[in-house]
Amino acid sequence: MVKEIIVGAHYGLKDWLAQRITAAVMAVYTLLVAVLLLGQERLTYESWRGFMAGGFMRFLTFLFVVSLIWHVWVGVRDIWMDYVKPTGVRLALHTLTLLALVGCLGWAVSIIWRL
Amino acid sequence: MLRRTAKGEYLMSEITLKKERPKHLDLRVIKQPIPAIASILHRVSGAGLFLMLPFLIYLLQLSLESPQSFETFKAVAGHPLAKLVLLGLLWAFLHHFCMGIRILLLDLNMGTDLQPARTSAKAVLAVSLVLTAILGVKLW
Repeated sequence: MVKEIIVGAHYGLKDWLAQRITAAVMAVYTLLVAVLLLGQERLTYESWRGFMAGGFMRFLTFLFVVSLIWHVWVGVRDIWMDYVKPTGVRLALHTLTLLALVGCLGWAVSIIWRL
Repeated sequence: MLRRTAKGEYLMSEITLKKERPKHLDLRVIKQPIPAIASILHRVSGAGLFLMLPFLIYLLQLSLESPQSFETFKAVAGHPLAKLVLLGLLWAFLHHFCMGIRILLLDLNMGTDLQPARTSAKAVLAVSLVLTAILGVKLW
């Protein structure tokens, strides 16, 4: 009798699911912003800033940015895992990607939070 | 020689093993089906958006920081080279978006048969190009 023992690994299900949930969040945000902005005639600095500075909008933009960074991490890590085989190089690329993304996260969040 | 069963039939496993399967894995030789093209473009567009992420955040910052930086934003985004890059990124975003919707629908077991899958892949390629053209004209 063959008994499969599945322990100690996640088999990527969590990442797979995260990729889809973050995608859905970004898709909804994109459509919402597109509908709200494309209706406007000409964007000035005041109207654009006012739009992004709204409390609810900042909440949504924050969720978008977090989803984006998470989504990029899963996607880019997949690319490295598909094409880069040497463990050392792959580890270095993973680390650099993660550092760059965490930096971008802080940068983007600081922009929307200062409004 | 292939082994046979008592009835004289070939063993299926043996046939599968002996059969010389043609291999066409040279990417320069094989012709990719439409869904494969849409799929690799999903990866390419995602990678491109990732690489240009700092530029996009920089533009967001310029557009929001102050009235002066907003003017800088308009100047930077209005530069012909930047416009070309932004047009490329707009396509990358739209393709990634449309293909993402297609993947989510496939995950829900919608359109997984061969013909609908081909049609939806064509639709992704076409819709993202058309939207890029429309939005490109509208924004510039």
